[in-house]
Amino acid sequence: MFEMTIFLYLFFFCQHFTMLLLLLYICATKLFGFIFKCIGLKRKTAEEYDKGSIIKNPNVPHNPSLYKKPFVESFEETPLMVAVLTYMGYGILTIFGYLRDFLRQWNIEKRHIARERDEQKDFVPLYQDFENFYNRNLYIRIRDNWNRPVCSVPGPKMDLIERSTPNYNWTFEYTGRVLKDVLNLGSYNYLGFAENKGPCADAAIEATQAYGVGVGSTRCEMGNLDIHEELEQLVARFLGVESSMAFGMGFATNSMNIPALTGKGCLILSDELNHASLVLGARLSSSTIRVFKHNNMQSLEKLLRDAIVHGQPRTHRPWKKILIVVEGIYSMEGSIVRLPEIIALKKHYKAYLYLDEAHSIGALGPNGKGVVDYFGLDPKDVDIMMGTFTKSFGAAGGYIGGKKELIDYLRCHSHSAVYATSMSPPVAQQIITSMKIIMGEDGTTLGADRLRQLHENTTYFRRKLHDMGLIIYGNEDSPVIPMMLYMPAKIGAFGRQMLKKNIGIVGVGFPATPIIESRARFCVSAAHTREMLNTALDAINEVGDLLQLKYSRRERPLPSLGWMSDESLLKD
Amino acid sequence: MNFKNLREYLAWLYYQYLLITGIYVLEPWEKSIFNSILFSVIAMVIYTSYVFVPIHVRLALEFFTRMFGGQPESTMTLMT
Repeated sequence: MFEMTIFLYLFFFCQHFTMLLLLLYICATKLFGFIFKCIGLKRKTAEEYDKGSIIKNPNVPHNPSLYKKPFVESFEETPLMVAVLTYMGYGILTIFGYLRDFLRQWNIEKRHIARERDEQKDFVPLYQDFENFYNRNLYIRIRDNWNRPVCSVPGPKMDLIERSTPNYNWTFEYTGRVLKDVLNLGSYNYLGFAENKGPCADAAIEATQAYGVGVGSTRCEMGNLDIHEELEQLVARFLGVESSMAFGMGFATNSMNIPALTGKGCLILSDELNHASLVLGARLSSSTIRVFKHNNMQSLEKLLRDAIVHGQPRTHRPWKKILIVVEGIYSMEGSIVRLPEIIALKKHYKAYLYLDEAHSIGALGPNGKGVVDYFGLDPKDVDIMMGTFTKSFGAAGGYIGGKKELIDYLRCHSHSAVYATSMSPPVAQQIITSMKIIMGEDGTTLGADRLRQLHENTTYFRRKLHDMGLIIYGNEDSPVIPMMLYMPAKIGAFGRQMLKKNIGIVGVGFPATPIIESRARFCVSAAHTREMLNTALDAINEVGDLLQLKYSRRERPLPSLGWMSDESLLKD
Repeated sequence: MNFKNLREYLAWLYYQYLLITGIYVLEPWEKSIFNSILFSVIAMVIYTSYVFVPIHVRLALEFFTRMFGGQPESTMTLMT
């Protein structure tokens, strides 16, 4: 009887006491914060928080002797409160999503999306999985921040066509106006070669006049032009490898060449954050795929050891080949691959290495030769050097570089070499010219200037964002700069507020990132001037205050020191 | 953040509320549904606390004093 009464008391008190406790907690934190401030106690220092971040990201360089310079990469932990609130936000949006789905189901609300026809009503439902639900009820609501039509060269500034929506982003209408000179912080235009004038454009026009825009045949048949041969020799020289091969499409370079390299009985060790093209290629190859934690060498080594010790499942025969697939710069995290350690592991365990330099080629290293150059390593240690021309060279397509035997094998076995149309000559010419500028073979220092400018811009932009108290992911030398937003509504709000200030940014949400780690991704370019970056930083600072994005709990310099002045940067 | 007046500050607070709960992205009628549900729940909790907490506290005090406070001496005699 007593227990019963106690239980009832507790039950009734629950609701009121939770509220009371919450109020008490808030008061107590405020009070203690105030007291600590008064007696001069500080919150955790930066080092303590760095230790904290290591727990989340356990890939400390366990072999620092392999690095020639410090390798600084940070992934600050998500503050607990922010994570809880983010989940709560998704919860609320999901409930409303169900409400709207219910209304659509009963035809109370007009349906704007594809749905099953009446004849199909007894078949397997097509639009019920989580991705479809997410698209319908969460993505659509903030869709105006993506796929904005660009109507100029996507250089450092671009023109956007203005859109309006009569029905909350289900359809768009053009208003007929153009947003002029929007600052572009979203293009992978690392070296600023996305131009419609200058030496590259002139050369491309000449190539068009000489060759036309394409021959509509494959490299194995009539599509092989001397300009392709020239391009491949140049790429091989640029990379410092024996031979290379160029393809007309960057995505297909990955997805069609990995199946040519590995097959049944081979093992692919793939980083968990590898790009979709690498994942597709690995799956198409019908090899066994094992995934290691992002940039985590302990995890990779464990997989390698297990693979060698146990061999193939069931038969226990040794693997025919073990291929490690990594990227140079990971485009969502802004992290740089730990190449020296991977090469050491690969040599020790006699595996092969496939390095996708889509983002790092041209953007990293003192000579712009990618991540191998950045770490000062020998390109011959990497078996397969893959990269794209889309980003730093302002063109399209991809390449594979390596030993001559490898390239000769790929020439007749790769699907994208045998079946795909060869690269368009003006595109090839754009790559040749821009690559020669980067190498300094045009007799100017323009390429070196651009590389220096990119490095300066990256350091400056990262430093300033960090000083504002925003959470920035990734390596401090990576020109891809993800800035954490976390909450679903803030992706939309940030994109809209920045566009109001005439700045175009890229927001990244769920399917590309874990659900609570939504972010905005800035890509710094050599074409950005200091004034442009300052404009952008001012706007980010203002919007960051408005949306409360300054989540970072690290120590940061006081605003009175003048975070906007260049002197503070130069002093330290 | 610098605010010119209270009105601006309140507008900013409301904006934060919209962003954190995620209802910033919802359509106006959904926003009003959410707001009315939330505010009616809060109002009910406050009202019930006002009405019932004093009663609960009094009852609890009575209950616990009876349990731990006055233990009759006769129990000791019973045991011996």
